[in-house]
Amino acid sequence: MATLAVSMFRRLEGLFCVVKPSGVHWKLVRDNVEKNLLKGLNAAPPQSCPQQVRFLRDPGADTETTKSLTLSVASVPVLSKHPLVTGPEFQRIQVGVGHRLDVSSSGVLVLAVGRGNRVFNDLYETRVTRDYTLECEFGSATDDFSDTGRVVERSTYDHITLDKLNRVLAMLQGAHQKALLTYSNVDLRSQEAYELAVQGLLGPEGKSVPILTGLRCVHFQPPNFTLEVQCLNETQKYLRKVVHETGLELRSTAVCKGVRRTRDGLFTLQQALTRHHWTAPHVTRAVQQYYSSKKNKKTRAVADRGDRITTTGGECDEQPPNLNQ
Amino acid sequence: MSFPQSLSPAEHGHHIPVHKLVTMSSSHALLCLRCRSHLSSKTMAATLLYSTQVRHYATITNAAPKIQNGLLFFRGTHRTMQKWKQHMFCFSDFAKHLETETKEVKLAEKLSRTDVVVYESPILPIIDAVSVNERQVPLDLDATDELSALEEISDEEAISITLPAAMPPASTSLRDYIDKSETLSNLVQLGVNLWKLEQRPNVGSMLLRLNYKTDVAPRLLFLKDIGVEDSRLGFIITHNPYILTESLESLHARVNYLKSKNFNSETVASMVSRAPYLLNFSVKRLDNRLGFYQQQLQLSASNTRNIVARLPRLLCGSLEPVKENLKVCKIELGFKENEIQHIVIAVPKVLTANKRKLTQIFDLLHNTMKVPHHLITKFPQVFNTKYLRIRERHLFLEYLGKAQYDPALPSYISLDCLVSLPDETFCTDLASASLEDFYLFQKTI
Repeated sequence: MATLAVSMFRRLEGLFCVVKPSGVHWKLVRDNVEKNLLKGLNAAPPQSCPQQVRFLRDPGADTETTKSLTLSVASVPVLSKHPLVTGPEFQRIQVGVGHRLDVSSSGVLVLAVGRGNRVFNDLYETRVTRDYTLECEFGSATDDFSDTGRVVERSTYDHITLDKLNRVLAMLQGAHQKALLTYSNVDLRSQEAYELAVQGLLGPEGKSVPILTGLRCVHFQPPNFTLEVQCLNETQKYLRKVVHETGLELRSTAVCKGVRRTRDGLFTLQQALTRHHWTAPHVTRAVQQYYSSKKNKKTRAVADRGDRITTTGGECDEQPPNLNQ
Repeated sequence: MSFPQSLSPAEHGHHIPVHKLVTMSSSHALLCLRCRSHLSSKTMAATLLYSTQVRHYATITNAAPKIQNGLLFFRGTHRTMQKWKQHMFCFSDFAKHLETETKEVKLAEKLSRTDVVVYESPILPIIDAVSVNERQVPLDLDATDELSALEEISDEEAISITLPAAMPPASTSLRDYIDKSETLSNLVQLGVNLWKLEQRPNVGSMLLRLNYKTDVAPRLLFLKDIGVEDSRLGFIITHNPYILTESLESLHARVNYLKSKNFNSETVASMVSRAPYLLNFSVKRLDNRLGFYQQQLQLSASNTRNIVARLPRLLCGSLEPVKENLKVCKIELGFKENEIQHIVIAVPKVLTANKRKLTQIFDLLHNTMKVPHHLITKFPQVFNTKYLRIRERHLFLEYLGKAQYDPALPSYISLDCLVSLPDETFCTDLASASLEDFYLFQKTI
C-alpha cells in the first residue's frame, strides 16, 4: 500500500534541470534541492496513527473484590507508529548530478531523482554537446583566466576588430574540427566514416581532450565581447583558457568574466528551474515535462525516419564538408 | 535400610584405586538390582562408564539449583560433592549418598511412574536413563510450580496473568520501549520528537531512566508555571531533553536571576521557549554573558535586555564567534563603534551570523552597489537576508537601469525595500516589470 508521500515520490523520479547560480558549489545546489524535496514529500499528511484494541481494567475494579469482570474495551493509538516516534517517511532521497559546473560558472545543471539516476550512465556515454555563453573582456590577463584572479598582464585592445576576432575563432574551430576527426577512431576514407559524418555523429568515443564543435562571437563591443560555444568533454576552466588564448592570438589579452551553460544535451535554459522553484510541485512538473518531451521526440524520430527514406537519394550525392579536406 | 556391602569400603580410606571404583559401581549396580532391575555384566560396564561420565559431566556443569526427586538428588549431590572434593574422591561419602539415593529412588518410584519405567527396563543403558532424567527435570518443575496448559482456570486468574514485558535489552530505537515507558508515551503526546532525540548519543537511555511522576512532571509543571505555552513544551524538550534532569532548585534560581535583572515574566517565558538551553546554564554563566554584551557593546541596561530578549540564543552560545564577528565588523568592514552598536540593536542576529556571509554581503553592497557605510548602518536588515537575493535584485535593477541607491538623487531605491519586499511587490513597485521577466532574467546571470 503506497502512501501519499510514496506516490508523490514516484512522480518525482526522473530527470530535470536547475539553474545553478554562480558562486555556489554544485554540491550545495544538490543538497538544497534534496532538502526542499524532502520537505515537500514529508509535508504530505502522514498516515493516521493506527488504532489498537486493548482491554483495560477499570481502576475501580481493583479495590472492590467483586467477582464480576470489569474490563473496558478501548481503542488506543499505537504510539510506536506515531510519526513523532518513527520519524519522517523519507529521510534521504537520491539526487544525482549530471555534468558538473564549477563554483564560478552558472547555468543549466541536470539533476536526477531516484530511478532517474540510471539514465545518467546513458547520458555520459552518448556524445551530447553542451552550449556555453562566455562573457569576456579584453585588456588584462589573470592567473586563473577569470576576472577575479590575480592580474598578471595588461594590454591595449584598440587594434582588435570583429573581423580579426572572427578569423581567430574560425582558426580555433578548424583546429578542433581536426581533433574531432582524429579522436573519432574511424578511417576517414571508409564508408562508415561517411555515414557517420552524414548523420553528424562523428566524435570521440568516451574520454578525449575537450573539443569545441562550434565557436562564434555573438556580441562585440570592445572591451567586452561574448562568445557562444558548443563543445564536448569540456571543463569550465578549459573554456576560460580558450578565451585567454584567443586574446593572445589577437596580440592582446582577455579574461572570462562568466561561464554560463545554456544547454546540456536536450535540457535547455528554458526548462531550467530557478532558485525559487526548487520545490516538490515544480520539480514534479519539470520531470513530467521531461518524460512527455522524450515521448514526443520518439514519435517525431519515427516520423523523421519515414521522411528520410524518401529523401536519401538526394542526400547521398552531397559530400559532407568536413571530409573534403 | 543399611547396606554393609557399600558401607564397608568406606573404612578403607581416601585413596581410590580403579578397582575401588569398580566396586563402587558394582555396589551401585547392586542397588539398582534392589530396585527390581536386572543387570547383566554388560550393564555393569555401562554403569562404570556412567559413573565416570557423571564425574566428567559434574565438573563441567554447575549443581542443579533445585532438587525435586531422588534421582535428581543423587545427581545433584554427586555433582556438588565432585565440586567440593575434586581431587580427593571420598568413597565413603559416595557410598552414603548411594545409600540415600536408593531410598530416594524407592520413594521416587512410588511418586513418578516414568522413573520406574526407566529402571524396570534392564536393556536400556543407564546413561540413557540419565538423559531421560535430564529431560524430565523441567517437566517436574512445571508440575510443582505452574499450572498445566490444559487445566481450566477461572476468569479471575485469567485477568491476573500478566505477560512478562518483552523489552529488548538493547535497541537502536526508542520505538521498542514506547508502550512500556510512561515517560516516553507522555512525551510523545506532548509533541516531543522522539525520532530526533534518539539520534543524539545517550539521550535515549537518559529518557528511559526517568520516572514520569518524580522527574518529568515537576519540571513540566515548572515550565508551565513560568509561563511557557503548552504548545512550546514539545519544542523545548525536543531541543533540550537535559532540562528534565536539571534540579528544580537550580531552575528556580536561574529564573529568579533573570527576573532580578528586570526581565519581566512574559519575556522570561518567551526567552525560555525560544532558547531551550537557557535554563541549563548556571547563574554565573548567565551573568557573565549579560555582562559581556553590556560592556563589549557599551549598551545601556535596557538595550542589553532588549537584544537578549529578542535573541536569547546569545546567552547560550559561545562568546568566541561573537567576538570574532565584532572584530570583523570593526576591522574588516570598517564600521565605527556607534555604528556597530546601532546595527546590533536593530539586528542582534549579526552577532551570531556567519562571518563569511557578512563580508560577502558587505562586499556586494559597498564595492559593487557603492553604498556608503552610513546608509548600510541605516538599513541593517540587509545583513539578515540572503546574499543571492540581493545580488539577483541588484543585477536586475542594474539591467533595467534603475539601480540608484543614493537618497539625494531622484528615483532612489532604499536598501530596506530592496531586500525586504517579496518578489511580486519588488517587481511591480521597484522594477516595474513582470515577475516572469524577473525569473527569466535570473536564468541569464
